[in-house]
Amino acid sequence: MPVEARPTHASVAGLLRAAAADGRSVRVRAGGTKSGWGHPVAEPALELSTAGLDDIVEHNAGDLTAVVQAGVRLADAQADFGRAGQMVALDPPLGADDGATIGGIVATADSGPLRHGYGGVRDQVLGMTVALADGSVTRSGGKVIKNVAGYDLPKLFAGSFGTLGVILEVTLRLHPVPVRRATVVADSDDPQCMELASLALSASPVRPVSLDFAWERGAGMVLARYAGAAAADQAGTGLRAVEEAGLSGRIDEDDDALWARQRAAQRAADGIVLKVSALPAELSRVIRVAHAMGASAVGRAGLGLSWLVLPSREAAAGVAAVEEVRAALAPRPVVVLDGPGSVREKLDVWGSPDAGALALMRRVKQRFDPLAICNRGIFVGGI
Amino acid sequence: VNVQHLRVEFERLLAPSRVLSHPHALRTYASDGLLLYEVMPALVVLPESPDEVRAVVRTCYEAGVPWVARGSGTGLSGGAVPVEEGVLIVLTRMRRILEIDLPNGFVVVEPGVTNAQVSAAIAPTHFYPPDPSSQIVCSIGGNVAENSGGAHCFKFGFTTNYVLGLDVVLPDGSLVTLGGAEVDHPGYDLVGPFVGSEGTLGIATRIVLRVIPVPETARTLVAFFDTMEQAGQAVSDIVAGGVVPGAMEIMDRLSIRATEEATGAGYPLDVGAALIVELDGPVVECEVGWQEVVAICERNGALGLRVARDEAERQLIWKARKSAFAAMGRLSPSYYVQDGVIPRTKLPEVLGRIEDLARRFGVRVANVFHAGDGNLHPLVLYDPATPGEAERAQELAGLIVEVCVEAGGSLTGEHGIGLDKKRYMPKMFSGPDLDAFQRLRCAFDPDQLANPGKVMPTPRLCGEVPGPYRQHPLERAGVAERF
Repeated sequence: MPVEARPTHASVAGLLRAAAADGRSVRVRAGGTKSGWGHPVAEPALELSTAGLDDIVEHNAGDLTAVVQAGVRLADAQADFGRAGQMVALDPPLGADDGATIGGIVATADSGPLRHGYGGVRDQVLGMTVALADGSVTRSGGKVIKNVAGYDLPKLFAGSFGTLGVILEVTLRLHPVPVRRATVVADSDDPQCMELASLALSASPVRPVSLDFAWERGAGMVLARYAGAAAADQAGTGLRAVEEAGLSGRIDEDDDALWARQRAAQRAADGIVLKVSALPAELSRVIRVAHAMGASAVGRAGLGLSWLVLPSREAAAGVAAVEEVRAALAPRPVVVLDGPGSVREKLDVWGSPDAGALALMRRVKQRFDPLAICNRGIFVGGI
Repeated sequence: VNVQHLRVEFERLLAPSRVLSHPHALRTYASDGLLLYEVMPALVVLPESPDEVRAVVRTCYEAGVPWVARGSGTGLSGGAVPVEEGVLIVLTRMRRILEIDLPNGFVVVEPGVTNAQVSAAIAPTHFYPPDPSSQIVCSIGGNVAENSGGAHCFKFGFTTNYVLGLDVVLPDGSLVTLGGAEVDHPGYDLVGPFVGSEGTLGIATRIVLRVIPVPETARTLVAFFDTMEQAGQAVSDIVAGGVVPGAMEIMDRLSIRATEEATGAGYPLDVGAALIVELDGPVVECEVGWQEVVAICERNGALGLRVARDEAERQLIWKARKSAFAAMGRLSPSYYVQDGVIPRTKLPEVLGRIEDLARRFGVRVANVFHAGDGNLHPLVLYDPATPGEAERAQELAGLIVEVCVEAGGSLTGEHGIGLDKKRYMPKMFSGPDLDAFQRLRCAFDPDQLANPGKVMPTPRLCGEVPGPYRQHPLERAGVAERF
């Protein structure tokens, strides 16, 4: 399928309008690092790439905001903001060749360790320009940090997997890059101790910017990253909290590699990745379930978010493993991200949301994309 | 609409004492915090449970009667002004705190719980950051509807950043659960657009709020300057230096005078601007940041610095700031508050334009604002007894928000559009932008019974959903074909 090298807002809108005229489905894609997520669907009639929408339109350093087109790679945006000592507080895994784009990250609401201290995608997006299925180009939100004019549609579009329209441009809130960072690392093979330590770190008046855990083959660790002019001093407080919870730990001031590993472990080329959204005080339960299934796990201990990587299993065996995890952790949401097609085709990757909420989601979809041309079928309930 | 019939029905569903229809009783509810607008509802009901809310909404749905939900009524944009011939659903009796789970960082409340009660219930270890100035009386349900802010939002975020889940009674009387205590739920983030929807999408009857640990310390100072520009530059320098204060607030000469008369906080009256800066966080971080903030204030020509030495002095500084609106009564019989937002870097330019406008109109404008996030609260002072002055004040206020939007900002940072600012919506949003809002509205409330006439500049019908999802009965019967 031909891909437009330099798409414009108008050309994307035009393509959608043409597709809507005869009900053809359109797949939206940019870096393609997460194109396997969502329900497997039949090959769409058209594919639309936003990769060519790659301008950083504005970087308003004095206002800590930026306007970027959807195809801008996060890595490139960070490099640009970094020159002014700023960053967007998004650090999901970047995928092959650091290909993950702002549009893709926003559409999937993917996140990384910074989410503990800065919030998720929804909390960084101030405004958005979206081409809707009927070919209209709409703006919502604004360019300032504080704004309550009109419905907060950017939050609706964030995480909608491109099923409500094509994200063209995003206005982001930026933050200063902390001058120093330091991480408390505590090793443990006892899930209960890890849970106690992370709850203590989470409740401490000295708040870490990231609070993670990792578990693999019976060995685990809790990591708390502190940021600021006195990051190491803050980490000292964290270390005491960890020790009071019965773990021994150390402070690592050269900690980038540690966190890069945490991010990378959210993806797997091989194996089945499950995203579990539980509660912080259920960490030991999640780890035990992972361990029993032979899975490794990483995640945000303070947010109850975990990524479990099950060993690769095909078809029925893979489906059974996913269902076993879901049963063990019910009613917490368990979503299948990466995984072999033979597994993904045989189960509901999203799980079943609240029936009333799903009915409302369908009504939202119908109002925004009545012919279901945008990313047809990939989202919850086959939306 | 047969109001008599509805009243009997509500009395059966609730209790006669919780259905108000006497004009004297209704008058209490005719306005919200913006007294400019006054509409008498047909009936006021006071439900005490989600089931009662459902029953009332369902009854309205079946009768095709519009309704407005309201909390404490402190809103400043007329968002809770009733509709004539409609029902006003007052939620202040639903004020139970249902669950407190600090290890997991959330609380669950009913909509009538006040903002301040949430923080009080989880003190001293935790707090709920959004802190509108009306926090002692304003309700969480109202905060959710308006996406309320407050002084500490620059660092900590707004209501929307703290709502994890909602039970919502939809306009057809059904109840849906959106989100929950877990941070990620599969599907559309409907909590996101519900927060700040100003009561037009449904009624939240159960609210899951994220709460966080109280910072280790908080240090507060007020710096006084000759000019607003100097104070504004100090704010920009603080932000550029990478320091993120919990709050930064600026008051101008008129505001200082008013608050000083009201609270006696001891502010000098001969200065042009007061800048409040509060740093919070770990003690070790505040030490470093504090020295930087003091140096920046001095570099920008601070005439004096007052540092709060204890909690009482800190509270006094905040009392002066949070009473600024109320204190205006000492300077003027009436005032009109604007809520425009600008990119912080445009502050000197916008303040200059506001000054020019005020001079041209011959009207005094006091300025109080959340400087960190560029949220201005110009207070246009007027005397309703002077013929034409109220209209002039309103016209001036309208021009001020236009200046904000032209500068790349917003019509409203925290007070909402409501009734009062809907006419300005086309200044900020195009036709297709407004259409997109309408799409969401129609998904929740196709009959537009929930708070009609608010937010959107012109009333519009929803119409049927186009597309292949709904087969027309004639098609099903094979009588007609779709082209």
